[in-house]
Amino acid sequence: MKLRPLTVYAVAYLAFLYVPVLFLPVFSFNDSSIVAFPLKGITTQWYSELWHNDTMLGALWNSIKVGGATAVISTILGICAARALTRYDFRGQRSMAALIMLPLVLPEIIVAVSLLVVLLQLGFSLSLVSVTLGHILMAVPFSIAVLTSSFEGFDRSLEEASLDLGEGPVATFFRVTLPIVAPGILSSLLITFTISLDEFIVAFFLSGTEPTLPVYIWSQLRFTARLPHVLALGSMLLLMSIILLSVAEVMRQRAARRAGTSPSGGLV
Amino acid sequence: MTAASEAQARSDGGAEAAPAVGWRARFWRNEELRGLALISPTFLYALLLLLAPVLVIVAFSFWTQNYLEIDHTPTLANYREAWSDPLYRVLMFRSLAVSALVTLITLILAYPMAYFLSFHITRHKALWLFLITIPFWTSYLLRVFAWKIILGYNGAVNATLMELGVIEAPMEFLLYNVNSVLITLAHAWAPFAILPIFVSLEKIDRSLLEAATDLGDGPVMRFLRVTLPLSLPGIIAAALIVFIPTVGDYVTPRLVGGKDGLMISNMIQVQFGKANNWPLGAALAVSTMVIVTAASLCFVGVMRQLGSRFR
Repeated sequence: MKLRPLTVYAVAYLAFLYVPVLFLPVFSFNDSSIVAFPLKGITTQWYSELWHNDTMLGALWNSIKVGGATAVISTILGICAARALTRYDFRGQRSMAALIMLPLVLPEIIVAVSLLVVLLQLGFSLSLVSVTLGHILMAVPFSIAVLTSSFEGFDRSLEEASLDLGEGPVATFFRVTLPIVAPGILSSLLITFTISLDEFIVAFFLSGTEPTLPVYIWSQLRFTARLPHVLALGSMLLLMSIILLSVAEVMRQRAARRAGTSPSGGLV
Repeated sequence: MTAASEAQARSDGGAEAAPAVGWRARFWRNEELRGLALISPTFLYALLLLLAPVLVIVAFSFWTQNYLEIDHTPTLANYREAWSDPLYRVLMFRSLAVSALVTLITLILAYPMAYFLSFHITRHKALWLFLITIPFWTSYLLRVFAWKIILGYNGAVNATLMELGVIEAPMEFLLYNVNSVLITLAHAWAPFAILPIFVSLEKIDRSLLEAATDLGDGPVMRFLRVTLPLSLPGIIAAALIVFIPTVGDYVTPRLVGGKDGLMISNMIQVQFGKANNWPLGAALAVSTMVIVTAASLCFVGVMRQLGSRFR
């Protein structure tokens, strides 16, 4: 059995990925303001206290607004780019794609700082709008990655059939192309929303006086007494992300099946 | 001739008769223009909100801060300060060293995992991949924060050991140094390295492995002579995906690095924030980008050389 040690390693690796993060939910239910084993008992006190915290609720609402706007706009931009890159050949295609995908590898602080400088120089004040502008930039590459897998295996003869039958290009897009890639679009919306919800650096630099949820968490980290609340809040954020991502994954696999490509590895 | 192509031919004739319609018709038939039109919103967005701001930062790095005014006379003074001040040098070297180490650790840990996924998993592959990508999407801040909870002065390890009476005072060496930055980054970036390696392993034609076995290579030689060289593009991609962003990481050094674990981005933030010296901050940011790009290009060159020697 040559297979065994590698299987053990794989399971250990997954544990290494997940266990540190699991400390958050475990201690968020601990009935003690000190983060330590042994656990003192179960309480939901930290969670219930969060709901009476207006600053936290405000930050949550800010995050939802920014995330929603980011999801819709970056997915629209992602559809345009993914479609252009998979369906057409044109000069400068590769360099344009490279610039659009650049935020994937650029250190986030560079994106954040350069946007900060330009917005302030142009006389804009920092607000949720500036955070959204930055988040769109970071989310578009991921949207393109998700959408490309549903556009790529796409059978072009279906569109040609529609054009032959007398539909215009726009009507063909809405009546033939869109329904086929709809699961991919939904997946992109969910993933870009999650990216925005979890993003910290750009939000930290550009949010001004209205914090998003991660910026609020950051501001609370200084106060030891607030730690259990931060743990509760972090656990909820984690749960929200996992639910959104699971739905996105189901949608993405459905999209890949519809387009006739293999469902594994599409996010890469 | 089909009805559709007849209609096409008719519209061609019509285009010459009516130039206004013709321009639009020609536009829609020109594949290249349609592709350009379609990508332009996304491209313009990146151009205006990414490329232009980065160029503004580059411009700023040649200017001078005069209290509240910016002096636009071009000067290299910021770069002279950024490259000669020992403080900035230490931070820059530490950033590069930490990132290089994190990249190495992450790659060594990730490769067997990617290999396992590609060669040993036949059923539920998508589920395994999903399990690995979940931490990739969830909050980076929270993953770093988890380590602060575990390693901190009042963290789980210390508090637990004190509760159990193993130690009297918290162990300070756990948190707020370069080691804690290394552990945290290697954990936070682990999933990023697996996926590119996995993709390159998936692309390997399995019959090549059979051929190597038939020609008398054992499993080890087969791995070194076939699998490893063919997965080199994935290794290079994984290294860059981890190395480039970690050099500019802000959260980890700030949360778990203490005074001795701070990195260059923390200084960039100070210059744009409290110190209010944008040109110097810009020079530091541009220097970081240039150094990271140069280091990455060198790395890619060396790896390509190594790869070609194998063949």
